[in-house]
Amino acid sequence: MTALTREVSTLGRVFEYRLLTYRRTYRASLFSSFVSPVLFLTAMGVGLGGYVSNGAALGGVPYLVFLAPGLLAATAMQTASFEATFPIIGGLIWNKVFHAMAATPIAPRDVALGNLAWIAARLFLVTGIFTLVIIVFGAYQSPTVVLCIPAAVLTGMAFAGPLAAFSATQHNPNRFASIFRFVITPLFLFSGTFFPISSLPASIQALAWLTPLFHGVALTRQLALGTATQDPVATVIHVVYLVTLAIVGAYLTTRTIERRLIRG
Amino acid sequence: MSESPSAPLIHARGLTKRFASFVAVDAVDFDVARGESFGFLGPNGAGKTSTMRMIGCVSPISDGTLTVMGMDPKTQGAEIRAHLGVVPQQDTLDVELTVRENLSIYGRYFGLSRAEVRKRADELLDFAQLTDRADDQVEPLSGGMKRRLTIARSLINEPTVLLLDEPTTGLDPQARHLLWDRLYRLKQQGVTLVLTTHYMDEAEQLCDRLVVMDKARIVAEGSPRALIERYSTREVTELRFAPGVVDALDGQLDGIADRVERLPDRVLLYADDGEAAAVAVHQRGLRPETVLVRRSSLEDVFLRLTGRSLIE
Repeated sequence: MTALTREVSTLGRVFEYRLLTYRRTYRASLFSSFVSPVLFLTAMGVGLGGYVSNGAALGGVPYLVFLAPGLLAATAMQTASFEATFPIIGGLIWNKVFHAMAATPIAPRDVALGNLAWIAARLFLVTGIFTLVIIVFGAYQSPTVVLCIPAAVLTGMAFAGPLAAFSATQHNPNRFASIFRFVITPLFLFSGTFFPISSLPASIQALAWLTPLFHGVALTRQLALGTATQDPVATVIHVVYLVTLAIVGAYLTTRTIERRLIRG
Repeated sequence: MSESPSAPLIHARGLTKRFASFVAVDAVDFDVARGESFGFLGPNGAGKTSTMRMIGCVSPISDGTLTVMGMDPKTQGAEIRAHLGVVPQQDTLDVELTVRENLSIYGRYFGLSRAEVRKRADELLDFAQLTDRADDQVEPLSGGMKRRLTIARSLINEPTVLLLDEPTTGLDPQARHLLWDRLYRLKQQGVTLVLTTHYMDEAEQLCDRLVVMDKARIVAEGSPRALIERYSTREVTELRFAPGVVDALDGQLDGIADRVERLPDRVLLYADDGEAAAVAVHQRGLRPETVLVRRSSLEDVFLRLTGRSLIE
């Protein structure tokens, strides 16, 4: 066995554990992954969008078409944020299952990467269903809309990596509420999901540029509207930014979980 | 595994664990032979758990040498862990999964096939007397049942060495005896047991050989019987006096026993003939409220070595 296949096989066992625990709730989870985009796109895209004119700021498309890919990216962020916080300290502190894993041939690195692989799989499921709903609603303009799935997974992983690294340094979930309140929710509202950031003051626009969700929304929107070819430089910047965050986050998660499991 | 059959399964020399400025384990030496049942006896904070974590390859050693099954924990941690069974001090079960799921997923961590895991899980459920509860969630199980499940889980990879950190702490006497019975069976099957405990009766029941740890160091080593012979007398006479009397005793017990130990709640007379000591106390006109003659235990060894009780 090469080092790579051995690594995949051991982190796969961590993945298998997460799958086993997910099986307890998968019905409710899949149901809400489907219902949530239907409700949001109906209420905000169709309902509220009926009062919004197809202005140039929206790229000349109906509001529903503008909104859908933004919501997709934002949903990926929310799913990733949840999965990278509570389950991580759960395994480290509440049921200590990660400690049980570390007593077997599974290395702390496998625990970290196995969990991130699981989050990626969850994101694939959630964004896949969401994209299907977008297609059913006709809320897209280009067949590249299917690439919204990997783009949204990438967006989610840009959050999952750094957040899982942070979670592995915590001893209780107290700070998670602050993260959701002061990071995730503002990003959800002001990263171009519901309206173009060009309507924000210049200083806030600059700030938005620094946030991962802005890049995630912009990338998925390019793919849903088929405008990636018009501005390939922007596309590359978005991808590089998100990939960098995801990789740095995964590296830090490995380090923090290692420190936690191989403490003295 | 490369070691010769006679080489110790676990070999430690000058083994040290430091956390910043705090020394948890201070240059300890010990060897554990194949098939042996070896114990670390000592109070909380003596360094037992830190030692176990180093053997379990989940805590790097700070100094000294340590080999487990002839391998180096630093470079061959995963290979060593593949042959270890670990029962941690606190249960690390997923209480939302069923008893059987906890066993089978743990087997999968070792890379065992699903078919193999299923077969072993059935055997271990039987061993742990949990077959009736196999498909129940773990959450509502009693402490003793959870502990038995943890032990069953640690056996799923058919380990060469079983590491048990305080296996019965917090259990009621009946659950403890049931657990000791299971561990005794494993010992008879030739599994090498390494355990920590602060219960002297547990150490006496299960250990062929043990080391007494105190303040990060090993203070004595031997079989329970040899330790008692060396550090204590054959019998002990325990006297309880009415409150205040003990302070007024000074000198009155001199010469009755080899050694007199005053504890807050009682006085211990160490003598090979405990009855004779009790009679002598009476002859001197002393009237203790209760008199108990018993055999020496590891508790007495610990008291002698450290001047303190095991459980404080």
